[in-house]
Amino acid sequence: MTEKLLEIKDLSVIYKTDEETVYAVNDLNLTLNKGETLGLVGETGAGKTTTALSIMRLLPDRTGRITRGCITLGDLDITRASEADMRLIRGNGISMVFQDPMTSLNPILTVGEQIAEVLQLHRLDMSPEQKEKRVDEILEMVGLPADRKHEYPHQFSGGMKQRVVIAIALACEPQLILADEPTTALDVTIQAQILKLMKELKQRLNTAMLFITHDLGVVAQICDRVAIMYAGEIIEIGTTDNIFEGKKHHPYTVGLFGSIPDMTKATRRLNPIEGLMPDPTAPLGGCKFHPRCPQCMEICKTAKPLNIIDGTHAIGCHLFAGGAGHDARINLESTGGAE
Amino acid sequence: MSVPLIETKGLKKYFKTPKGDLHAVDDVNLKIEKGKTLGVVGESGCGKSTLGRTILRLVEPTAGEVLYNGKNILDYGKKQMLEVRKDLQIIFQDPYSSLNPRLTVSEIIAEPIKVCRTITDKAALDDKVYELMETVGLAERLVNSYPHELDGGRRQRIGVARALALGPQFIVCDEPVSALDVSIQAQILNLMMDLQDDRGLTYMFITHDLSVVKHISQEIVVMYLGQCVERASSEELFRKPLHPYTQALLDAVPVPNLRHKQQLTGIIKGEITSPINPKPGCRFAARCPKVTASCTKEDIQLREIAGGHYVACALY
Repeated sequence: MTEKLLEIKDLSVIYKTDEETVYAVNDLNLTLNKGETLGLVGETGAGKTTTALSIMRLLPDRTGRITRGCITLGDLDITRASEADMRLIRGNGISMVFQDPMTSLNPILTVGEQIAEVLQLHRLDMSPEQKEKRVDEILEMVGLPADRKHEYPHQFSGGMKQRVVIAIALACEPQLILADEPTTALDVTIQAQILKLMKELKQRLNTAMLFITHDLGVVAQICDRVAIMYAGEIIEIGTTDNIFEGKKHHPYTVGLFGSIPDMTKATRRLNPIEGLMPDPTAPLGGCKFHPRCPQCMEICKTAKPLNIIDGTHAIGCHLFAGGAGHDARINLESTGGAE
Repeated sequence: MSVPLIETKGLKKYFKTPKGDLHAVDDVNLKIEKGKTLGVVGESGCGKSTLGRTILRLVEPTAGEVLYNGKNILDYGKKQMLEVRKDLQIIFQDPYSSLNPRLTVSEIIAEPIKVCRTITDKAALDDKVYELMETVGLAERLVNSYPHELDGGRRQRIGVARALALGPQFIVCDEPVSALDVSIQAQILNLMMDLQDDRGLTYMFITHDLSVVKHISQEIVVMYLGQCVERASSEELFRKPLHPYTQALLDAVPVPNLRHKQQLTGIIKGEITSPINPKPGCRFAARCPKVTASCTKEDIQLREIAGGHYVACALY
């Protein structure tokens, strides 16, 4: 049965400096079930990483702030938890795999020590021998020979370093893994190896995963559900089937797919979205996508669209409002204040 | 047959390292016809960028020839080289580090013109800069901006404008879109293809992204550890890849289509081996699922299997 693990409600995050305020995430709603992989897709600056950092409460201290909303993991409200509680959760309940394996490992500790570090923090009941054994086990699990635990990160290739990072993330068997572009820095053949590994481990350990990426190809391979983010908002969410095979889409999603050269078809010109993402320091009224949208209507400039829900598929766009013959219901609790 | 615009013969570049020679480019022969695009694909460390730079003499090759319009540019002196550089340009991968942060947009675009002194009149130079900016889709108001004020897509447009400044024949595009988001990437790819149509440009397009390379090139070279392992027309290569490495590479690309779900069983194991003093024989042998004893005996030459389809593999 599907059981809710993570729930994000009306999350808003800002980065504030003396000069300006960046509205990074705006009223974001998201749920993630146990054992499920949700792909969070969007371009640079869409707020994907900020969302993940908010879940870990790792936003930069002085500038980043959650202004609204709550994030709950099981029964715990992460936005209100104490720093001491958060320490128990990080690496234990939730762990994170970062984008760049070259910089996310400590260059002066051996990889064995770095994996053991997590166990030392969270598995106080384990004896040193048990910890040692667990390090070996986990290394084997991610496909690295256990006798390489005495080596330093620079002695490993990029793909192997990413395996070490995954080993660290899995050491305490967390309920949730936040994977922030885990394969972007890797070559395609290595990327395929890592994706396969993550898929197998996730099935074996029944871990839920929030998979952040900008590569729709990767999403198709690994995710159960997909959320498309634009300018700090989720503009479309659904099962992988809904997003890749569905007929109705947000115009931004259409543009995103139109931008990828299709290997199976020969097209001379791509159909990209014209223009750029809006300035996050000056929030736009209405739909965030309206200045670039080819199907922009008058209402888009003033009113924020509600999420139109059709079964498992939700689209935040005025085009699909009013049903138009479809069985569309308006989700009243999703986003407020449009009328 | 006409003379190809660019041709390399036995091109080699070895870098000296304390452990021995690093074979970055090892005996590469290729031809690029005028107005066409040759795609060069391979994983990091396979020597694609070095190949591009060697062709332009940005690094001096160890051996071999680079023919431009049938003449070996490696024999050229400094003066001749400066002359021929007007025809041979490059667009770099990273629009963040390939632009001088202390120069404005107009200064960056004007720099090649100043170096080669093709336009000396100040007003004419300004006009040329505006013309180039318009060609690549940069708004006129950005003329006095600095690179850090612009986003990645606009910066890459500056890189394209700079490469076009001297009216080149041939441009090496070294991963020009890999640092960009997909929607911006598509804008730049469209721009480059439009420029090719308008001006009859010839490209050598270096990338690790197979869907991009298929989209833009007529012919493709697949590189592995400094060697060209397969060469064919773009259509042929994707329809019928022959070399096991090409097959593995194509299998590994995640396709944004649910019906094309990846066969996660066909993934090749292991990683690229060291390019320092490589052993004789096929360099892919250690990872190859179809390896036989004959693969490691001697070097395998690139041979023509079918019309225009070359492969270096003992299986064929």
